[in-house]
Amino acid sequence: MAAVSGLVRRPLQQMTVRDAINQGMDEELERDEKVFLLGEEVAQYDGAYKVSRGLWKKYGDKRIIDTPISEMGFAGIAVGAAMAGLRPICEFMTFNFSMQAIDQVINSAAKTYYMSGGLQPVPIVFRGPNGASAGVAAQHSQCFAAWYGHCPGLKVVSPWNSEDAKGLIKSAIRDNNPVVVLENELMYGVPFEFPAEAQSKDFLVPIGKAKVERQGTHITVVSHSRPVGHCLEAATVLSKEGIECEVINMRTIRPMDIDTIEASVMKTNHLITVEGGWPQFGVGAEICARIMEGPAFNFLDAPAVRVTGADVPMPYAKILEDNSVPQVKDIIFAIKKTLNI
Amino acid sequence: MRKMLAAVSRVLAGAAQKPASRVLVASRNFANDATFEIKKCDLHRLEEGPPVTTVLTREDGLKYYRMMQTVRRMELKADQLYKQKIIRGFCHLCDGQFLPLIQEACCVGLEAGINPTDHLITAYRAHGFTFTRGLSVREILAELTGRRGGCAKGKGGSMHMYAKNFYGGNGIVGAQVPLGAGIALACKYNGKDEVCLTLYGDGAANQGQIFEAYNMAALWKLPCIFICENNRYGMGTSVERAAASTDYYKRGDFIPGLRVDGMDILCVREATRFAAAYCRSGKGPILMELQTYRYHGHSMSDPGVSYRTREEIQEVRSKSDPIMLLKDRMVNSNLASVEELKEIDVEVRKEIEDAAQFATADPEPPLEELGYHIYSSDPPFEVRGANQWIKFKSVS
Repeated sequence: MAAVSGLVRRPLQQMTVRDAINQGMDEELERDEKVFLLGEEVAQYDGAYKVSRGLWKKYGDKRIIDTPISEMGFAGIAVGAAMAGLRPICEFMTFNFSMQAIDQVINSAAKTYYMSGGLQPVPIVFRGPNGASAGVAAQHSQCFAAWYGHCPGLKVVSPWNSEDAKGLIKSAIRDNNPVVVLENELMYGVPFEFPAEAQSKDFLVPIGKAKVERQGTHITVVSHSRPVGHCLEAATVLSKEGIECEVINMRTIRPMDIDTIEASVMKTNHLITVEGGWPQFGVGAEICARIMEGPAFNFLDAPAVRVTGADVPMPYAKILEDNSVPQVKDIIFAIKKTLNI
Repeated sequence: MRKMLAAVSRVLAGAAQKPASRVLVASRNFANDATFEIKKCDLHRLEEGPPVTTVLTREDGLKYYRMMQTVRRMELKADQLYKQKIIRGFCHLCDGQFLPLIQEACCVGLEAGINPTDHLITAYRAHGFTFTRGLSVREILAELTGRRGGCAKGKGGSMHMYAKNFYGGNGIVGAQVPLGAGIALACKYNGKDEVCLTLYGDGAANQGQIFEAYNMAALWKLPCIFICENNRYGMGTSVERAAASTDYYKRGDFIPGLRVDGMDILCVREATRFAAAYCRSGKGPILMELQTYRYHGHSMSDPGVSYRTREEIQEVRSKSDPIMLLKDRMVNSNLASVEELKEIDVEVRKEIEDAAQFATADPEPPLEELGYHIYSSDPPFEVRGANQWIKFKSVS
């Protein structure tokens, strides 16, 4: 097998997360007339973070719409358009601003299919960068995974790499339910190897399924978004010391794939969770609670441990900010503590 | 014409058992239509407004009468069921408490001015609109009583009823207005000349998101008819205490507006036709203020007299009951007879009684369906109940 693949080997395509999202949206806009994008600066500016670059030029005013700075208003407009049968992608410049519109996301979008007894679906995507960036301080650095993950009726996904980003945005757009896509600004410019199947126009990453990024035997390390990369770095360091970490990329926050996590814990007997958001009532807290309730609890040789953002509003000074988000050293420390090393 | 013949044959069929006056009804010649003067609308940024006269056909008149009576009686019945504790939670009604009256002219008049293919969204005082948009009294009352035969299968209740081209029924004050502008965006996007009626009350009119919606609707020329139902009270707060400007038809600023007599169904109809034509011509949004009055309290838990006097209520009710107004017009113009309208009253009462019977007798939704309808178009999955051992199946 190795010899054959050596003969036909082509360099794998490199794709940044930004370009992956762009490609995903472009393909879905082309595929379905009812899909359109709205948000601040998405059209003529090519996107505040250039994620929608080229789309307005290709699709025009009708399908790529610049909005005024009116989150509550344009989120509501997007939800209304979805109720009337269109398939909007509503961009929040960052999810911090989605708080102004959160009533429309939860009360108008998430709950409607249920309240209507199954009569009124809301096929909408809310997307944008979430969580910490670099030096943008407290009001621009909050992680909303736990907030949106809390609500029945919503689906919430959190891509890490390019493959995740393209596959999840496509699945989100094709989903007939409200889907929150939590991107990460610091990941936009990061290139990843882009496998051949991801280059297909029908490449989808299923919502609700986690991915084991790295197999291991000693400890399960569960994460989502940018911290997945830090976990893999920690795993590489620890591997040299003979500790093999199994790193799981959640990909979806809600509905959470607890089965993959449980199966892993039942193999490794140890668990740590890693997230950028605040500790209280966070994603890790939910994972720990569910592990306790399920079969994996009896396989734990040590309490499950959480690695999270610091329990403070995000400070500005670099040294403070660096220590307010989980670093590789914090993950390594937590792993060794759990393994009692 | 068909309706008149049907009515005639119904009467003739029963002529043997019925008193002589009924037979006379069948043989009397009614006018086919009549012209009425209606109040001129106040205008904002408009050169001309809706016409000041309108033609009402006998057929339409009878239809509107029946619809208004149905809404009224349905709301009165809901009132009764709420007092008997058969309806729980919130119950925001379209009618008057001890006196029948009010917002019936709005829902029937608006519907008369648009097509079934147009769209409508409102806030939580929605039962009347749910009916005029096409659902039956049965499924509305059964939704209020939380039964499986309810239009939302008992999952929504008073504030969350949906029908084709009717988007509820929305519980958060003001949130429905951007939604309505979004539906209008879809209308424009699809290019089928449809419009969206987006209703809100005088209380909601001070919500910031409404001004965001005005701005975007005007900027993008969305075919959205913003409609403020001004019943002069937002819960317990009179408009003078809530709004620096109570000229709600002007609050859209750059959006043209008209102020309409919301107690006169013909005025409402003409204004709606005018507004719909404006939107369909591609000129963008327009705003209508319907002046009406809320006889009832804000909801069933509010007797409605702590913040206004009984004299005030009495005065308004004696001067402008929309149903009486229509009835007088029709009878005085020989479009219908008193007896004929009384017959409609009897039929409506029976329809409501039957519906109430159904709404009281129909069983509650099955507990197994508690988890249903979380997601659309998905395979079944499990939903957690009150503890980890209680699981509900969720089906789309």
